[in-house]
Amino acid sequence: MSQNEDVRLMKGNEAMAEAAIQAGMDAYFGYPITPQSEVLEYLTREVPKRTGIALQAESEVASINMVYGAAGAGARVWTSSSSPGWSLMQEGVSYIASAQLPCLLVNVNRGGPGLGTIQPSQGDYFQATKGGGHGDYRLIVLAPNSVQEMADFVFLGFELADKYRNPVLMLSDGAIGQMMEKVVFHKRDIKKIDKPWATSGKTKDRERNIITSLFIKPEKMEQVNLHLNKKYEEISRNEVRFEEIMTDDADYLLVAYGLSARISHKVVLLAREKGLKVGLLRPITLWPFPSDILNKLADRVKGMMTLELNAGQMIEDVKLAVNGKIKVGHYGRMGGIIPSPEEVVENLEKFIKSL
Amino acid sequence: MENNEIITPQCIVEGEDTYDLVYEKSTVMTDTRLHYCPGCGHSTAHQIIAEVIQELGIQKDVIGVAPVGCSVFAYDYVNIDWQEAAHGRATAVATGIKRVRPDKYVFTYQGDGDLAAIGTAETIHCINRGENILIVFINNGVYGMTSGQMAPTSLEGMKTTTSPYGRDVHTMGYPMKMSELIAPLHGAFYVTRQAVHTPNAVRKAKKAIMNGFQYQKLKKGISFVEIISNCPSNWKMTPLQTVDFLENSMMQYYPLGDVKLPSKEDLKELANK
Repeated sequence: MSQNEDVRLMKGNEAMAEAAIQAGMDAYFGYPITPQSEVLEYLTREVPKRTGIALQAESEVASINMVYGAAGAGARVWTSSSSPGWSLMQEGVSYIASAQLPCLLVNVNRGGPGLGTIQPSQGDYFQATKGGGHGDYRLIVLAPNSVQEMADFVFLGFELADKYRNPVLMLSDGAIGQMMEKVVFHKRDIKKIDKPWATSGKTKDRERNIITSLFIKPEKMEQVNLHLNKKYEEISRNEVRFEEIMTDDADYLLVAYGLSARISHKVVLLAREKGLKVGLLRPITLWPFPSDILNKLADRVKGMMTLELNAGQMIEDVKLAVNGKIKVGHYGRMGGIIPSPEEVVENLEKFIKSL
Repeated sequence: MENNEIITPQCIVEGEDTYDLVYEKSTVMTDTRLHYCPGCGHSTAHQIIAEVIQELGIQKDVIGVAPVGCSVFAYDYVNIDWQEAAHGRATAVATGIKRVRPDKYVFTYQGDGDLAAIGTAETIHCINRGENILIVFINNGVYGMTSGQMAPTSLEGMKTTTSPYGRDVHTMGYPMKMSELIAPLHGAFYVTRQAVHTPNAVRKAKKAIMNGFQYQKLKKGISFVEIISNCPSNWKMTPLQTVDFLENSMMQYYPLGDVKLPSKEDLKELANK
């Protein structure tokens, strides 16, 4: 172990909080909700001893608007929540996207709809990738599958948010957030960029800075929409991330992210023991979605099956990506139930038989 | 106040005519034409905020938060850095700004629907935390921007587009006295209710806003300046008629004056800053 490495055993939620401090966060605003309350607990314990601001807001509605204010003032700022709380934030997220405020948002997905359950779920995929709030906007969506990635994606998330002046969402789930694993923190050189657009006080040498999402004239609003779209196209070109596991010789492909991808990795190994050449494609960015690689793989494999902890949401993006070239199936459990690898293998075999 | 304190004499205007300068547009106001209806109190409230910022010389240190409502375009008129908040969330946005820029003067400018209906939770909790900001609360008892619906502060019996037979307090609730409601909170440092319908009222309101900016230096909590204002268009009155309504109806229910004042020690401390 080098001197630049700090190895710890932590929950995903704690690792994320620690990473945020190390990433030079200026502020965190949050509200307790299971299964991610450790974030606020960790920060209210650690931040007074170190640096930054950690404030418990009166609601998720307030915390997302505090994020808006602090991000507009140029700070490195973030919040986290879980599904019902994340729903409450959607109005603010839409404003943040429109006003182009860089910030990191986290949804530690639990089962729904409604108050649902506190167990892990991927039921918020649509909400995360198709725009949870109103209007044409996109979030960069990162999907960690380990405690290590929950930490790493905090650094990446802040960086991407600043680079594109766009909110970044980390979509985790109750299992990755709650489980304890080894996590390594590397010494990093944290760079913060200048934000000349921020409300820092109008000096004589510049015009006043206005953070707003109001463009009442349709011609102006359309220009803003076009500008946002241009930015989203650029992000789509540059920021697609995915992991390929044993895809080289695969006849069949599993597509899964986050917790489901961990299960799928085991499924790949079990299926290969049975003589089935199965590979796994794990989207790391859920938006932009790794459509190109899936389209290419569709030329080589006989079928694709998504494993999702929902009723079948990402499958729509996979279908769009392969554009009818091959059959795409889905297996999923809901309500906070996590399927065993054996259960998935069984259903994968059924899918393969149906081809 | 003596006349010579108000009037700055001898301003030469082109040619040979000599005038007394009694009024001047603040240099902190932009040249953008105000969109407010004739006779509306918002214009005056904007102007006195700009005057205070100019007189305190803090233009580079002020960040304003605009609401949703008639004053949604406040940032077009007062030449400072602004953030436009979602409806009701101005105090949460201001909290975010002030926490990361504690050395700046931060204020929100909000109407009654924004502050006292959709944003009540944010308002109460921001005040309860004692954020060191100024809240300017424009209370005209009606939703102006959406054209005249009932507000939480509409008076009993007041006819609006959503209380067309008059506000029935038994089914629609009572008009909320926000200043009295929030004053007992520990985080409320200075609470006052003012108006802008007469020159004298304007001077007092301006002084209150000046206090609200200066008290931020003490870091002892919220300054809350409620301004009882009018809405000629939605009250369906001429501007002059609104003055009668303000004095004989609004101010009977919402009496002008200070609700909570800083202690002498606080003021002494401020004088030393």
